[in-house]
Amino acid sequence: MSDMSAPLPGTDYEHSTSLGLSNNKMAMWTFIGSECLFFGALISTYLIYVGRTNEGPTPAGIYDVPFTSVSTFILLMSSLGMVLALAAIQAGEMRKFRTWILATGLMGATFLAGQFYEFTVFAAEEFNLTTSPFSSSFFVLTGFHGLHVALGILMLLAMWTASMMGRLPQQLHTTVENIGLYWHFVDIVWIIIFTVVYLIPAATTAPG
Amino acid sequence: MAVTAQEPVTRRSAFRRPTAETGIWSWITTVDHKRIGILYWLTAFFFFLVGGIEALLIRVQLSRPENTLLSADAYNQLFTMHGLTMIFFALMPLGAAFFNYLLPLQIGARDVAFPRLNAFSYWVFLSAGIFIYSGVLLGGLPDGGWFNYAPLNLIGPDPTATEAAGQIAVAEANHISRMVFYSIGLQIAGIASLASSVNFIVTILNMRAPGMTLMRLPIFTWATFVTSFLMLFAMPVIGVALWQLMFDVRFGTNFFNPAAGGDPVLWQHMFWLFGHPEVYILILPAFGIVSEVLPVFARKPLFGYSAMVFSLIAIAFLGWGVWAHHMFAAGLGPVANAAFGLSTMFIAVPTGVKIFNWLGTLWGGRIRLTTPLLFGVGLVAMFTIGGLSGVTHSIVPSNYQQTDTYYVVAHFHYVMFGGSIFGLFAGTYYWFPKVTGRLLDDRLGKLHFWLMLIGFNVTFGPMHLLGMDGMPRRIYTYADGMGWNFWNLIETIGAFIIAASIAVFIANLAITRRRGEPAGDDPWDARTVEWMTTSPPPHYNFEEVPQISARDELWHRKYVGGATRPPVRVPAGASPDHDPGESAVDDQAQPAHGPGHTGHADIHMPSPSYYPVIAAAGMPIAGWGVYAGGPVQVALLALGGLLILSGLFGWVLEPSAEEHA
Repeated sequence: MSDMSAPLPGTDYEHSTSLGLSNNKMAMWTFIGSECLFFGALISTYLIYVGRTNEGPTPAGIYDVPFTSVSTFILLMSSLGMVLALAAIQAGEMRKFRTWILATGLMGATFLAGQFYEFTVFAAEEFNLTTSPFSSSFFVLTGFHGLHVALGILMLLAMWTASMMGRLPQQLHTTVENIGLYWHFVDIVWIIIFTVVYLIPAATTAPG
Repeated sequence: MAVTAQEPVTRRSAFRRPTAETGIWSWITTVDHKRIGILYWLTAFFFFLVGGIEALLIRVQLSRPENTLLSADAYNQLFTMHGLTMIFFALMPLGAAFFNYLLPLQIGARDVAFPRLNAFSYWVFLSAGIFIYSGVLLGGLPDGGWFNYAPLNLIGPDPTATEAAGQIAVAEANHISRMVFYSIGLQIAGIASLASSVNFIVTILNMRAPGMTLMRLPIFTWATFVTSFLMLFAMPVIGVALWQLMFDVRFGTNFFNPAAGGDPVLWQHMFWLFGHPEVYILILPAFGIVSEVLPVFARKPLFGYSAMVFSLIAIAFLGWGVWAHHMFAAGLGPVANAAFGLSTMFIAVPTGVKIFNWLGTLWGGRIRLTTPLLFGVGLVAMFTIGGLSGVTHSIVPSNYQQTDTYYVVAHFHYVMFGGSIFGLFAGTYYWFPKVTGRLLDDRLGKLHFWLMLIGFNVTFGPMHLLGMDGMPRRIYTYADGMGWNFWNLIETIGAFIIAASIAVFIANLAITRRRGEPAGDDPWDARTVEWMTTSPPPHYNFEEVPQISARDELWHRKYVGGATRPPVRVPAGASPDHDPGESAVDDQAQPAHGPGHTGHADIHMPSPSYYPVIAAAGMPIAGWGVYAGGPVQVALLALGGLLILSGLFGWVLEPSAEEHA
C-alpha cells in the first residue's frame, strides 16, 4: 500500500493488491509450493527403489558422475544467466537482456542435450525404463525434471522472441522475474536430484 | 517464429477477441467467475445424477441374493465409476461452483485474480469428465475401485475366468485401456483442481476489499482458503502416483508390480497421502456453507468465529498425518498402526470443536426453520454419526473387523453424503436467490429435505448392521441364507427414496424457473457482503467496492446494538457504520467516479477469451493418444500437445482485458 512508485503502465495486476505483492508472483510461489510435493513424491519413490536393481545395473555401476557434474555445473550457471538477464531488463538494457536470456536458454538446452546423451548411453548398456524399479524411478524422476527444463527453455525463447518483436517492454520485467523464479526452482530441484540420486548412491553402493 | 516476427506488432492474437454477450459462445468464452460458477454447478449436478443412477443400478443388483441383473464386470465398472464420479466430478466441482460464484462476492472483489485460469479450470474439469467416460466406447470404464489398489490395477483379468485365449487377449487389452482412462482422466481432473487452488489462494490473499482483514473474512471464504491449500499439496502427490501407474500399465515400468520388484504398498501410501486430504477437500466446503447458513437463520453471529477458523486449519494440518488409517490391514506393523490410530483420534478434536460451535450458534437463537437451515442441521446431525463411526475405525483391533465391510461404506456415506451433500444442498437453497433472483419453493424444499433425510438413513443406516455381520464391500452378489437379504432390500428401497427427493429438487428448479418468488437483494436478512449487491449480481459484482469495517459487515450496516441490547434495525443508508464516501477510496479495479456518476461503463473487467477452451481441449486428445497405439498415438499426442501449447501461448500474449475504445 505504501508503495512509493505509481503503478507502471502495462502491469495491470499491480494496482493495489491487499498484500502489495503482484498476483502473478504470488501465483508462481504458490505453484512452486505444489511442485515441491510433486518432486518430493518422485524423489521419495526413487529413494525407496534405489536398491531394487533386479540384477541390472546399480547406481555405482551406471552413473558417470564426472559427466553429470559438468552438466550440473552448466545448469547452475544458467541460473546466474537468469539473474543477469533480470538485472539487465530492470536497468532497461534490452540488448544485454536478450543476450543473457538466450545464454540462459542455451545453457538449459546444453543440460538437456547432456541428459539425452546420458539416456542413450544408459539404453546402450541395457539400462532403460523397464529394467528394474530402480531404473523406472530414475528415468521417470529425471525425465519429469527434464520436461520442466524444456518448458522453461520454451518460456525463455518466447521471452527472447517477444523482446525481439518489441513486445516485452521494460515495464514487464516482473514477467521475467516470475519465469526466473520458475527457472531457479527447477535448478534447485536438480541440486537435490544430483545429490540424492547421483552422488550419495554412487558413493555408498559398490560398483556392480 | 521468423514468420510471426514479420507480422505487424499491433496484431495480438490469432483470433479476434470474442465479443458475444449472450448465446452459447458467450458461455464458452466467458471469464466471469459467476458464469463459470454456474457452469460448474450445472455440470457437476449432471455428473451427480450420473453417479446417482450408477448407485441405483448397484442397489438394484444387490436388492436380492444371487441377482443376475449385472455381471461381475459391469458391477465392478459401476461401483468404481460411482465413486470416481461422485468424488471427482460431482462433490469436488460442486464445491468449486460455490467457490467460484461466491468467493469474489464475499471478499468484495470484481472477479478472481486470474479469470482466464478460472475458465481453464472449468474446461479442463469438463474435458476430464468426458475423457474418463469415453472409456465406455473404448474397452470399458475403470473397474478397480476408486483407490485402484496395486497389483489389482496391473494384473488385469483372471485367465481362468475366460475360456478362449483370444478372449484373454481382449480382456487384457481392455484392462490396460481402463487403467489408462483411470490414470489420465484423474490426472486431467487434478490439473483443474491445481489451477483453481492457485487462483483461489491468490484471490483471497490479494483481492480483498479495503478493510477486509483475514479475521474479517466470511467463514466460507476461510473454508475455501484452507481447501485450496489442501488441493495445492494433495494433487501433485496423486499426480505422481497416476503417472507411475500410467507408465506401469502402458510402458512397462516396475513401480507397483511385485513380480518385478515393485512395491504395491507404495501405491497405497501415495494414494492415501492424497486420499485422506481429499476427503477434507470434499467436506470443508460444506462445513463453510453450514457455518454461513446457521448464523443467518439463528439470527446470531457464528459462535466462536476464531475457533472455527483455527479448527479448519487444524483439520487441514492433521489431515496430512492420518493417511495410513486406511491401511491398518496392510501390515505396517504395530508402531505405525498405533501412531496413525492416535492421530486419527486427534483429528476428531477440531471436528468436534466445529460441531459444538454450530450447536452454540443455534443455541438461544431466534431460529427460522427454512430449507437451508434444515439441510444445515441435517449436516450437523448426520456428520456427527459419520464422525463417530470414523473414530471407531481408528481403534486398530476393531478396524481389522470393519475393514472392507459395509460398515466402512456406511461410515463414508454418512460423512460424504450426510455431510458434504447435505451441506451443498444447504448452500444451493441459500444462495439460489442470489444467483437467479428467485427463491426456491420452501415447501418443496422441505419435502426434498425430509425425503432425503429419511431415504439417506434407510439406505446407509442398515449398512452398519450388514458390515458388522461381515458383508464385504465390492461384491457384485451374495449367497442366499447369509442373513443379509432383508437389510439389502430395505437399503434399495431407501436409495429410491433418495432418488425421489432429487426428483422433487429438480421439479423445484423447474417450477422456480417459471414462477419463482422474486428474491430481492437480501431475502434472508443475511450478514455477509454478497447480499449487498443485486440478485443476480451485475457482471462487475459491485457498483462500488464496499469498505469493510467489521466481520458480518452487512449485518452491522443494517443493525445497531446486539452485544448488550437487542439489535435495532436502522433505516436503509443511515447506518453510522457505513459512509458511502469511503468506498470509492482505494478502489482496486475502477477509476474514481466523478460526483453523481452512476454508470458502470468505466469499470474495467477482463475480456472473454477462446484460449482457455483451446488449451483444455488438448488434454483429452493427448490422453486418447496414450490410449491408442502406433502412428495414431504419435498423431494424437502431437495434436494434443500442440493445442495445449498454442492455447497457453495465445493466452499469455493476449492482454487480460481489451482496452476500451
